[in-house]
Amino acid sequence: MNPNLPNSFRSGPDERGHFGIFGGRFVAETLMPLILDLEKAYADAKADPAFQAEMNVYLKDYVGRPSPLYFAERLTEHLGGAKIYLKREELNHTGSHKVNNVLGQIMVARRMGKKRIIAETGAGQHGVATATLCARFGLECVVYMGAVDVERQQPNVIRMEMLGAKVVPVQSGARTLKDAMNDALRDWVTNVHNTFYCIGTVAGPHPYPMMVRDFQSIIGHETRKQMQEAEGRLPDSLIACIGGGSNAMGLFHPFLDDPLIEIFGVEAAGHGLTQLHAASLAGGRPGVLHGNRTYLLMDADGQIEEAHSISAGLDYPGIGPEHAWLHETGRVKYLSATDEEALAAFQLLSRLEGIIPALESAHAIAKLSELAPQRPRDHLMVVNLSGRGDKDVPQVGDILKARKK
Amino acid sequence: MTTRIDARFAELKQQGRSAFVTFVMAGDPDAKTSLDILKALPKAGADVIEIGMPFTDPMADGPSIQAAGLRALKGGMTLRKTLAMVRDFRKEDNATPIVLMGYYNPIYIYGVDSFLADAKAAGVDGLIIVDLPPEEDTELCIPAMKAGLNFIRLATPTTDDKRLPAVLANTSGFVYYVSITGITGAATADSKVVAEAVARIKRHTKLPVCVGFGIRTPETARAIAENANGAVVGTAIVDVVRANLDAEGRATPKTVSAVADLVSALAQGVRGAKQAAE
Repeated sequence: MNPNLPNSFRSGPDERGHFGIFGGRFVAETLMPLILDLEKAYADAKADPAFQAEMNVYLKDYVGRPSPLYFAERLTEHLGGAKIYLKREELNHTGSHKVNNVLGQIMVARRMGKKRIIAETGAGQHGVATATLCARFGLECVVYMGAVDVERQQPNVIRMEMLGAKVVPVQSGARTLKDAMNDALRDWVTNVHNTFYCIGTVAGPHPYPMMVRDFQSIIGHETRKQMQEAEGRLPDSLIACIGGGSNAMGLFHPFLDDPLIEIFGVEAAGHGLTQLHAASLAGGRPGVLHGNRTYLLMDADGQIEEAHSISAGLDYPGIGPEHAWLHETGRVKYLSATDEEALAAFQLLSRLEGIIPALESAHAIAKLSELAPQRPRDHLMVVNLSGRGDKDVPQVGDILKARKK
Repeated sequence: MTTRIDARFAELKQQGRSAFVTFVMAGDPDAKTSLDILKALPKAGADVIEIGMPFTDPMADGPSIQAAGLRALKGGMTLRKTLAMVRDFRKEDNATPIVLMGYYNPIYIYGVDSFLADAKAAGVDGLIIVDLPPEEDTELCIPAMKAGLNFIRLATPTTDDKRLPAVLANTSGFVYYVSITGITGAATADSKVVAEAVARIKRHTKLPVCVGFGIRTPETARAIAENANGAVVGTAIVDVVRANLDAEGRATPKTVSAVADLVSALAQGVRGAKQAAE
């Protein structure tokens, strides 16, 4: 074990936004004053009981929280090991966990008097959540989305447009999530006076990784309570998929200081770790991009490499800085699932439980299928079902149809 | 410590004029052409040269400079080759200040200490790193100062009087005022607004203040140079490189001369400016 383990895994980041060596504020000077303002506005909001009270109303009546913790009986029988619970984030309004964070950030943006919201999106789940809350609060919304993702996630593009958002297809680089984030940052630098950047994951400059984690931690807090009610004790293990890592961080964070609970994050291994993939912990090393130091996929010269995953939401060459730190300290074990494994898991959950998962969440289901059989029947395992798969139905349908030929 | 940058600004002050600062992307479209362009710049009237270090994800740059970086990377440019280019330039020119401009990750991966040693040995004078604000000074700024390189900070329209002292604290060589909120090449600087901003910065520092982002023509260059110690042009130069490539994106016999012609015209603009502000 690492001899320098902290007393608590839940005390980060420090006042400069660092989790160990990770995190920080690597942004252009134009943005720096705004980031400092945001840090202050968020700290004020956090200390204001009225803010939390207002959030709670929307979380309950608009998002539909708490999301159920559901015993997946047939999946448990099929795998023949651990007792599996699904945390049903896919039942939230807008169909994924993303709305938890967006609600929080939009409330902060309103406190700051910002009228224009921008966001980046990969699978479109964060874009849809942002477009939704902008519609609800009457804010202008611009969503940057890689042109490749616009193609493969058409249902979400249509949803965003119906909600009144402007979707900008990004043509630079690999035309996926990384490039969408670059263009969102360029927009922000240009429109810094009236614009709030609603980042969709636990990455970016401080305070974003902390703030997004805090808003998503409701997933883990509910899970603790719900598991106590269902089984009279805490779970034995947790598992979640990771692109930037917000759904995983939201589930994990409230459990980090329970040392007996095993925690697994699942990165996207794409075609396999020796080929094109999106597993930045397994295949990358520490570097600096998009405002933070974290594990990144890059070449020997420090140029960022293009990620690949069947799932647009995981198709990113980096990971949130707190995950990089949890990886280095060994508190969380990071695994990876290939495109093929995710496709199989997508079908497995659909057939056994009548729940079509997002391709992102299917990566967690894939590793669950390996881990659960190795554990006893009284082992309680929670998988974060971070999103629903409606958006993936056309893409997966095409793949399966092509294979039948 | 007097650097080539300090010497050059002292010399220009004597001459009573502002500096013309040019930006070119290292390795655009290939290492040899790019070195030829570099060598042509002082003759065409560049007083200070900024060399872009290509990066895949230049978050503060507009389409022109993004594309130039990608052309360079496609042509096989690396940070090591960028330093080699400076070394070659220094064989013939030991006076024109060279400032490397770019993003932190390639330097971080190269290794901060070895990068600073190699850059100094190659004849680099200063660094402008877009994604290193004063909050991250321990990463590169402080080590660069110790290695004898100027760390040139960007000040922007959002840098208010309260924040300026922090931005200027570890800055040396000159201050680079970003004249617009936005990315490179996106908008045109308003010389009157810029003049007020430069005057504001000068209340906080004795360093020369150069202005960039949004200067494309000899006329704007002149207007800016009348109120600042230097005018920086990047996108317009990079655009001329692109306009003088063949259909496959390779250099043509016109590439270097077209850049030199534009730089001469811009230099005339800067030299036509009245006495620089003090």
